[in-house]
Amino acid sequence: MLLKHKATGTLGRAALVAIPVAFLGLFFVYPLATIFRRGLGGSFPTDVLFDRGTLHIVWFTIWQATASTALTLAAGLPLAWATARVAFRGRGLVRALVVVPFVLPTVVVATAFLALLPESMQRGVVPILLAHVFFNVAVVVRVVGGYWARLDPSLWDAAATLGASPSRRFRELTLPALRPALAAASALTFLFCFTSFGVIVILGGPRFATLEVDIYDLATQTFDLRAAAALSLLQLAAVGAIVAVSSSLEARAGARLPLAVEQLAARRARDWERPALVATLAVAAVGFGLPLAALIERSFATANGAGLAFYRALGRDTPSLLVAPWRAVEYSLAYAAAATGIALVVGALAAAAFASQRGSRWLDTAVMLPLGASAVMLGYGFVIAFDTSPLDFRDAVWIVPVVQALVAAPFVVRILTPAMRGIDPRLREAAAVLGAPPARVRREIDLPLVLRPLGVAAGLAFAIALGEFGATVFLARSDRPTLPVAIFRFLERPGATNQGTAAALCVVLMAVTVLAVGIADRLTSRRGAF
Amino acid sequence: MLQVEEIRVAFDGAPALDGAAVEAETGETLSVLGPSGCGKTTLLRVIAGLQAPDSGRIVLDRDDLASIPVHQRGIGLMFQDNALFPHRDVAGNIAFGLRMNGLPHHEIAQRVRELLDLVGLPGAEKRAVQTLSGGEQQRVALARALAPKPRVLLLDEPLGSLDGPLRERLLSDLRELFAALQLTVVYVTHDAGEAFALGHAVAVMRAGKVVQKATSDELWRQPADDWVARFLGMRNIRENGDRCTVIPPEAVEITPGVGAVVVSTERRGAVVWLRVRLENGDELDSITTATNHPRAGDRVTVKVDETATIAVARWPG
Amino acid sequence: MRRAFVVATAVAVAIVGASIGAAAPVARSVVLVTHDSFAISKSTKAAFETQSGLKLRILQNGDAGAALNRALLTAGRPEGDVFFGVDNNLLSRALGGKLFDAYTPAALTQVERAYDLDLSHHLVPIDHGAICLVYDRAWFAAHKLRPPYTFEDLLRPGYAKLTVVENPATSTPGLAFMLATIAHFGSGKAPWTYWSRIKRDVLVTNGWDEAYNAQFSGSSSHKGKRPIVVSYSSDPAAEVYFAGKPRTQAPVAVVRNTCFGQVELAGILRGAKNPDGARKLVDFLLSQRFQAGIPLTMFVYPVRGRTPLPAVFMRFSPPMSSPLTLSPATIGANRDAWISEWTDTVLR
Repeated sequence: MLLKHKATGTLGRAALVAIPVAFLGLFFVYPLATIFRRGLGGSFPTDVLFDRGTLHIVWFTIWQATASTALTLAAGLPLAWATARVAFRGRGLVRALVVVPFVLPTVVVATAFLALLPESMQRGVVPILLAHVFFNVAVVVRVVGGYWARLDPSLWDAAATLGASPSRRFRELTLPALRPALAAASALTFLFCFTSFGVIVILGGPRFATLEVDIYDLATQTFDLRAAAALSLLQLAAVGAIVAVSSSLEARAGARLPLAVEQLAARRARDWERPALVATLAVAAVGFGLPLAALIERSFATANGAGLAFYRALGRDTPSLLVAPWRAVEYSLAYAAAATGIALVVGALAAAAFASQRGSRWLDTAVMLPLGASAVMLGYGFVIAFDTSPLDFRDAVWIVPVVQALVAAPFVVRILTPAMRGIDPRLREAAAVLGAPPARVRREIDLPLVLRPLGVAAGLAFAIALGEFGATVFLARSDRPTLPVAIFRFLERPGATNQGTAAALCVVLMAVTVLAVGIADRLTSRRGAF
Repeated sequence: MLQVEEIRVAFDGAPALDGAAVEAETGETLSVLGPSGCGKTTLLRVIAGLQAPDSGRIVLDRDDLASIPVHQRGIGLMFQDNALFPHRDVAGNIAFGLRMNGLPHHEIAQRVRELLDLVGLPGAEKRAVQTLSGGEQQRVALARALAPKPRVLLLDEPLGSLDGPLRERLLSDLRELFAALQLTVVYVTHDAGEAFALGHAVAVMRAGKVVQKATSDELWRQPADDWVARFLGMRNIRENGDRCTVIPPEAVEITPGVGAVVVSTERRGAVVWLRVRLENGDELDSITTATNHPRAGDRVTVKVDETATIAVARWPG
Repeated sequence: MRRAFVVATAVAVAIVGASIGAAAPVARSVVLVTHDSFAISKSTKAAFETQSGLKLRILQNGDAGAALNRALLTAGRPEGDVFFGVDNNLLSRALGGKLFDAYTPAALTQVERAYDLDLSHHLVPIDHGAICLVYDRAWFAAHKLRPPYTFEDLLRPGYAKLTVVENPATSTPGLAFMLATIAHFGSGKAPWTYWSRIKRDVLVTNGWDEAYNAQFSGSSSHKGKRPIVVSYSSDPAAEVYFAGKPRTQAPVAVVRNTCFGQVELAGILRGAKNPDGARKLVDFLLSQRFQAGIPLTMFVYPVRGRTPLPAVFMRFSPPMSSPLTLSPATIGANRDAWISEWTDTVLR
């Protein structure tokens, strides 16, 4: 009987691993393998990779990601300092608001910059860089600011008593101390900008394409499967290299300084700091507020003054879609809910497998790979891999949630794995000794202890699924569109009415996203403190 | 009666339990004493069912427990650092095992109240476990382990993290409680004082085996070998061949004179320990209750009462 | 809080269920998938609906290239029943993608042979037209510059930064114009030499609308600054027609030597949910009623013989007699290579 008990345990664990592995095998490895198999057919695409056009695109991809990262750091550091080191009224609110741009869908932000910038500046490098900064400032503020807030201020006091001036203290103490956080934030920002799609496809115009956008063009316009496969390979390798370099950078970033409790580190602004604080907050308010305000303004700016015409248009049939645009709200919510469910199940199982097993690093990498494989690659892979019966899933209702879940699952795993690893195994043993069978242990111990991270993961997964564009654009059908896809359809079509309708849909999507994330945050943070 | 029969457990080929065997009578408190790494915690985990043995049997009142999974064994276990559930309050922790047993709601509340009274924390039901002091957490953990009325209670160094006076008080509380409940208890510790204070019987473990099981008096009178003697704190041990002679410190008489010199003196409560060096370089401990004892550096004569010495086997390890 | 989760899940499930349930169409309908330039008058649409007893739903999936590409990605599981808007430049791609079921409408006998490009009749011709360089008469008059007459004129002094072209990778007029340069200069290096010489002087847009309405100075919006644009041979008639008042001369003119012929075709999508309705719709697209409406709704020419043209067309944009052409097979074999050559030459 004990043997049997052991056997079911092993079986259970096998099922735990089998579900995420099967999911990844069918919906990640198979589509990607199909791209490479059909596109390259065993021959290495030297001709495509060293083509002049390819080199140009690679150069632009790297260049814009580097510039975006540098600008994001420059814009984010003052705000990181303000929220981490200075106590002022409304600091909590500022910290919460900073995250909003990060969860906004790329399509919304790109449309906001279209609404903000004069026509001559709407397409090109400037709007791309601005939009990237807009998104990623949150990363710098959260990662660097979070670290900065916990640096023990007594070190700076000690340096001051030893005669170091404020600028000297910043150079010799603050910067070196922040190096790990700066490395982490830069790497993350660089990765996001390197794989950026929605922003560039909307704001890039014909002359500016990143690898990701070029894969999209090759897949949907030139139908050059070989070139698309070659560039996908390049993209996969590049992202792998970025992740490897960034993790070794972070590891080498040097000795960590003693961390203090957060509240201790922030103190009231000194006189000379006050103007800097005010300026920082003002710039942030304008930088974040203006594009969104322009977007909202555009959505009301009809030909005959301010009005609700574009919102009313959401209820009317349109040749851009086979349903009235407002139905996209419904489909977006339904798809995102289903995607969140799938991402949570797959992600939680994978996280549980990592947390419980030693030596399952290969699985760890496998789940993280979709992060590197771009969304466009996934969507394209789905379309060409699932195009023949019995695997013709292109018009299945569930295909959109599945691809969205695939994009969101790595984030779920990233959040849940440490949380699950953090559970003291003796709590489970204590429960077992007190008479709880294994399933009950999972329900009574593991579940409540990961509920809060689970809620955070659910909120993030929902926001990602709501805003997912690169993969969904291949798969959402005209009679069941998601909001980002509907927005893109209207943006692509000329005329003030189409642009206004896109803006109105963006405002709706923004509201839905903020609401969803807010609710998830509320649901999970009300729980007791542990 | 709890019987542990020839249990073997190996982790990655390294034996943690190497044929451990011991018995505890019903209602008896058995202390398992051994240095860290001797396998005593593994032994508890095998008894509780958290660790499957490679071979050997656990028999409780003639039932072989091998086929019974951990959650059905009815054995209580109190963990080294309590392992209280952080997401439940005091009552929630204590009620956990009762809920698993399917006790009705009102009976659970009643029993939780009784147990809190029993461990000396009346009215603490709604407190969060993080707000409890170390001693209070210990008591809640004990109440939680006792709540489902286990057939055997296992304790894994429960007082390890506590400081002096608190530890003494809990020790005596535990002794009274075990006596009152007539419970079969296995108490694991590396501290000989705790083992003697609680155990009707003490099992000494070394390298995955129980090397000796005896009452505390028997252990003092006849340790199984020189290693056990040393582990119990005996330092006057002479080796000759495969035998050793243990000289109890009270058998060493010191008078002012010649032949030896006092190296150090140390008062421990009512007695004073004197350490002397003989001419051949050997050192011996002696105890006295006198307050005008020799001081460090004094020259003394040492006389050993050979009739009080104990002959023991020599442990080759 | 657990209840909140349960409620949220229940709501989500209800929404999914409702969406799936609501997806089933109520009335029998036929879906026409097409590009943004497709247009049909309300009365013509109503005529079809009465005659066939089907509701006509129209899905416009971007410009001609985008709409076809999207249809190719959903080949076999189409978003509609009939696709309209494959032109001779994309014909081979559409046929290679196994996108259509063959169908020969009776009215095809009324169509001039030259337009019947797919003899297997997976696709049948509906309209034709031409893509040309179009210039702003007023601008050239005001700047005392001779209007362009040939491709080579764009290289002449004074023509710097006057021209707007569309990206052939994303726009059908752009593709047609690139093909026109190849038809004119030959398929060797010559067209690329030409393009590399004018690349600094042309503005590239992704679509016709931005080129014509936002960048071209001659359009009725008067927003743009450049007086030459790649556009349709019917633009003079269109500008006069929309100006709404009688004119003796159109504000824009066509550079006839640069015109490239275009034929637009339609076909029944493989896997159509309503193949019967699809056949009725294709028949209708070739009917006298629809064909007669083509000039003033889409500003191209009907393929059906003896269809009368409106007076404004006869006067300002009579049909092009012999535009530049390349065979669909030549285009099919080289199009992608030419587009990437163009991209490398002009954009990178």
